[in-house]
Amino acid sequence: MSARSGEPAIETVGLVKTFGEKRAVDGVDLTVPAGTVYGVLGPNGAGKTTTVKMLATLLRPDGGQARVFGLDVVRQADAVRGRVSLTGQYASVDEDLTGTENLVLLARLLGHRKAAAGERAARLLDAFGLTEAAGRQVKTYSGGMRRRLDIAASILNTPDLLFLDEPTTGLDPRSRNQVWEIVRAVVAQGTTVLLTTQYLEEADQLAGRIAVIDNGRVIAEGTPGELKSSVGSGAVHVRLRDGRQRPEAQRLLAGALRTSVRIEADPVALTARLLPQDSTAGPAELASRALAELAAAGITVDDFSLGQPSLDEVFLTLTEKKTGKKQEAVA
Amino acid sequence: MTTATKKKAEADEAADEHYIPAADALQAVLAKGQRPSRPSALSASITFGWRAMLKIKHVPEQLFDVTIFPIMMTLMFTYLFGGALAGSTGEYLQYLLPGIMVMSVVMTTMYTGVAVNNDITKGVFDRFRTLPVWRPAAMVGYLLGDAFRYTTASVVILVVGLIMGYRPDGGVVGVVGAIALLVVFSFAFSWIWTMFGLLLRSEKSVMGTSMMVLFPLTFLSNILVEPATMPGWLEAFVDVNPVTHLVAAARGMMDGSTDVGEIGWVLVASAVLVAVFGTLTMRLYNRK
Repeated sequence: MSARSGEPAIETVGLVKTFGEKRAVDGVDLTVPAGTVYGVLGPNGAGKTTTVKMLATLLRPDGGQARVFGLDVVRQADAVRGRVSLTGQYASVDEDLTGTENLVLLARLLGHRKAAAGERAARLLDAFGLTEAAGRQVKTYSGGMRRRLDIAASILNTPDLLFLDEPTTGLDPRSRNQVWEIVRAVVAQGTTVLLTTQYLEEADQLAGRIAVIDNGRVIAEGTPGELKSSVGSGAVHVRLRDGRQRPEAQRLLAGALRTSVRIEADPVALTARLLPQDSTAGPAELASRALAELAAAGITVDDFSLGQPSLDEVFLTLTEKKTGKKQEAVA
Repeated sequence: MTTATKKKAEADEAADEHYIPAADALQAVLAKGQRPSRPSALSASITFGWRAMLKIKHVPEQLFDVTIFPIMMTLMFTYLFGGALAGSTGEYLQYLLPGIMVMSVVMTTMYTGVAVNNDITKGVFDRFRTLPVWRPAAMVGYLLGDAFRYTTASVVILVVGLIMGYRPDGGVVGVVGAIALLVVFSFAFSWIWTMFGLLLRSEKSVMGTSMMVLFPLTFLSNILVEPATMPGWLEAFVDVNPVTHLVAAARGMMDGSTDVGEIGWVLVASAVLVAVFGTLTMRLYNRK
């Protein structure tokens, strides 16, 4: 890596971008260590793409500072462009051109001579399983193929930092897994990846650290484990055979699990979110006690599961908290 | 899509299902080689121009507006106005042809704005803007592709004119000179559309704005009639309209009575257009 040891790949302080009245990014502070996958998680309109666009020199910040490998994204934009690549949310390849033409075009723009550009394009198409489709216009590609070509285009010159803006949005599970494998390979080779996603599972799978963004602000930051343990130790999901017994089951569960129990839209389902680790009993022990109490009361349970807190729950909890308290920093 | 390509696409789809990212193959392509040095401004612009040509190759329909449209214009105006304005269509054609050539080409310049706008909405633009290349290269690339289109349109009109009986007294040199001047001016003029392409939100608004600029600019000129018959205020506008000077210069060269003053006027106007709208375009391109 050409980055000096210890120097973060990305460092932003109070980054702001406003569009008219709306503060799309409202004071974002991020530190992304080099050589890792960093997840930026948030719902639509949270400010993820705007943040990425500022870091990739596509948008000029209205306030604050952003450095990529120590280079200022505004004053040293050209130097930053030499180190980063962006795979945008909307396929950033030319639909009218073929796969080969797209890659050769970009290879030439990166300075490869004609023969070298062709060779590089062919090797990438092969590694990304696109050799068969290489001569066809990209508009005929499936979503997964298009996305792979897009990522291939981003690593023509292996970048030091790769931005992936919602790389799997709209992809089927198979294509999504392919993209994940590719991201892992890219990181293993030493590239830092900044990944935005609205899928918590994706951040969980790939990212070493995650920043949760909502309304243009970072509302939590940490490893996936830290974020999960900050909101509790999991959730108990129960489905009853008879919906009429639900009020009683709700009361019993609340007592046994020492937490509030939510009534689901499904008339036979209940969910209890376990509170942060209880010193006297682990989640499994609490749950088995609760089940025993339900059985004793003659309530038949059709289905039961004890889940680790998902990042979905983390996200929902954090955004709920935020309306009450200001900012919740983790770690 | 033809049936054959559709079948091919389905076969690829099947192959796609079996794609399993191989870690070692990926590692091999990711291994950091020596990065090539950046391409020169010229080389980057030509590469973007190559892209424009590839797009013409894949979507040849886009050449309609530089082939069918000019033919229509030439036929329509010659036979519509010829008898009334010049006594005969043959005589009118002699007057009209250089002008109609300018009109058709200047009108097709607006597709530059549409192309820029299209690329922005499709996302490919974001990638271009993150490339470490000479910044105006992407824009110059569009215009290089367009220069080809302008030349095509000019040649089409010339051929139609020759078939209809147009005879340029300026000979080959005059005609080539006129077309070259027209392409140079259109290249410069297109920067207005790259600016609007970046500025406006949709393809439709780009088209609408273009029409509002292009109609007065081409019709209120000396293309169709001699300005001498117009009311004073209109003549004043026609006189400062750069299209009038371009037509005068092109007509002069094609008629064999080259007017260096008009040519100079056009070249200066072109330089001013690039300086003003090129700067505005690049400002928008960088700030977008």
